[in-house]
Amino acid sequence: MNFLPKSTFKTILLGAAASALLVGTASAADVQPAVVFDMGGKFDKSFNQGVYDGVEKFKSETGIEYREFEVTNEAQREQALRRMAQRGADPVLGIGFAQAPALEKVAKEFPDTRFAIIDMVVDLPNVRSIVFKEHEGSFLVGALAALASESGKVGFVGGMDIPLIRRFACGYEQGAKHINADAEVVQNMTGTTPAAWNDPGRGGELTKSQFERGVDVVYAAAGGTGVGVYQAAKDAGKLAIGVDSNQNYMHPGTMLTSMLKRVDVAAYNVFMDSKNDAFTPGIQVLGLAEEGVGWALDEHNESLVTGEMKATVEEVSAKIKSGEIKVHDYTSDNTCDY
Amino acid sequence: MDSVLTLQTVLSTFDATLRVSTPLILCAMAGLFSERSGIIDISLEGKMLSAAFAAGTLAAVTGSPWVALGGAIVVSVLLGLVHGFACITHRGDQVVSGLAINVLASGLTIVLGIAWFSQGGQTPALASESRFMPLQLPFAETLKGIPGIGPFYESVISGHNLLVYVALLAVPITWWVVYKTRFGLRLRAVGENPLAVDTAGISVSRLRFSAVMIAGALCGIAGAYLAIAQNAAFAREMTAGQGYIALAAMIFGKWRPLPAMLACLMFGFLDAVSIRLQGIELPIVGEVPVQLIQALPYILTVVLLAGFIGRAVAPKAIGVPFSKER
Repeated sequence: MNFLPKSTFKTILLGAAASALLVGTASAADVQPAVVFDMGGKFDKSFNQGVYDGVEKFKSETGIEYREFEVTNEAQREQALRRMAQRGADPVLGIGFAQAPALEKVAKEFPDTRFAIIDMVVDLPNVRSIVFKEHEGSFLVGALAALASESGKVGFVGGMDIPLIRRFACGYEQGAKHINADAEVVQNMTGTTPAAWNDPGRGGELTKSQFERGVDVVYAAAGGTGVGVYQAAKDAGKLAIGVDSNQNYMHPGTMLTSMLKRVDVAAYNVFMDSKNDAFTPGIQVLGLAEEGVGWALDEHNESLVTGEMKATVEEVSAKIKSGEIKVHDYTSDNTCDY
Repeated sequence: MDSVLTLQTVLSTFDATLRVSTPLILCAMAGLFSERSGIIDISLEGKMLSAAFAAGTLAAVTGSPWVALGGAIVVSVLLGLVHGFACITHRGDQVVSGLAINVLASGLTIVLGIAWFSQGGQTPALASESRFMPLQLPFAETLKGIPGIGPFYESVISGHNLLVYVALLAVPITWWVVYKTRFGLRLRAVGENPLAVDTAGISVSRLRFSAVMIAGALCGIAGAYLAIAQNAAFAREMTAGQGYIALAAMIFGKWRPLPAMLACLMFGFLDAVSIRLQGIELPIVGEVPVQLIQALPYILTVVLLAGFIGRAVAPKAIGVPFSKER
């Protein structure tokens, strides 16, 4: 984005100027939203792609173009966010926990620009922070995994080893043990650097090693690495659980379900609220009760989920909403004791 | 947590070692041909990446793994020829040329991938028919019952895809070509003393060009393995530095085929072990932090380099462009 050839950029500017002249009365309330995707890339079929779906929906509904940038190395985050703000983009949406330090810095430099970040809290008066109760959604798919598992062993493959991913793992473990107290949960992390979000080969190897240990359902919370996990499950004829976006379509028949994190809705709301002057800074926590997380059931996995399983998961879901089941949040005390 | 040292775990670790080492072995043999002829080849990574992309693309479009493999080899050989054109014909700097190929591959695969498939640089996921799937070797079931060798044959040796066996075969073939044929003798000579070869009336350029083309072909197979055998699609930067690791393994092996293969297997084994040690309680020490496990291959590399392999002597004429005396 930043690096469009100059001539192209000029053409765009000229085009924009011309259309502004033609229309004449482009309203001042028109927003110029911008989004900065993180390292997985906007087509990671997962987290970033969820955001992409949300902002595309905004574009098709309002006809307002947005600016975008895909970060490919860590140094670009701050540059990208600052460039967006400098060019008058408002609001600027940063995707992923890793953008928090950069976004905090840039948001201070541009106090009149509205910023939003997904998956992390940046406590500034012009920033909306959206976080999800991933542990609640993971609890549901954990329960479903334990219901579907024949061996009583379920697996988890995380991306980068950070507290956020441990929160997924911890919720998943609680869900599995809620259904089957003897369930064994085998957990692996792909790596300790951001490259772990995009390493399908290693994801596949980790999954194979879990299958060898008797696991028959595996849940991946690993961004682009998950692609390798789902492929390994398909090759072995075992079940896999997707994450963030609905990934059931990727391998119908071996995708048990997907843990939905409605980043698309969150991203859409950031843009829409800004357009309608309804943007509110502060922290939004989206859990099961707010429909911010959930599990996916569609034509691709309905044959794998029996009526009984569905009923059980819905019952669990209702209990979490009512507070009858309390799901421990790993990040509240950095342990998984519940 | 289950015990670490069950027979099944040990066998599955060896099994994974072979899977992970395959691209390393192929690339190490590629580097060996090139460097034995006196051409430094740090472009193993770029050639493998381009080949992987070509394989992923062709398999997705045509549905045939054989077409994909062929295309991967062609693309990789072409890049080898570019390398040769720059540093044999025009006597350019070999490291710079190699680096340029790596940068080109890293950028071009993503750009073309986005332009053709709009999936963020990935190629579409492949169906089983367009990939090299695991083969069951003959007698695997029959021999399974024999204690010792039986389970080893059944779970470690058998059940890989074709390209794994190609990689394993590439090692003795490389050895035979380099040490037992006239071509090999000349190849080694041209890497040590090109002037002598030239004096004997043999074309140095021609020998070096054949070496970079062989290297290209082997990298092509390695790339195809990544995209259509081990995985089911090309993903951006999927080589993840394996080309460099193969280069290191080849230097570990002192530019000789068998030791280079052993070095590759060691890297692969450490990787497989690190995957299996995650989250497992070890006797005495308890659960080892994941960071330490993942650093293990690098720590061992340093230790081995420092203490065990002794001096690695490169071919004498490596990196020196040859100017024919007139």
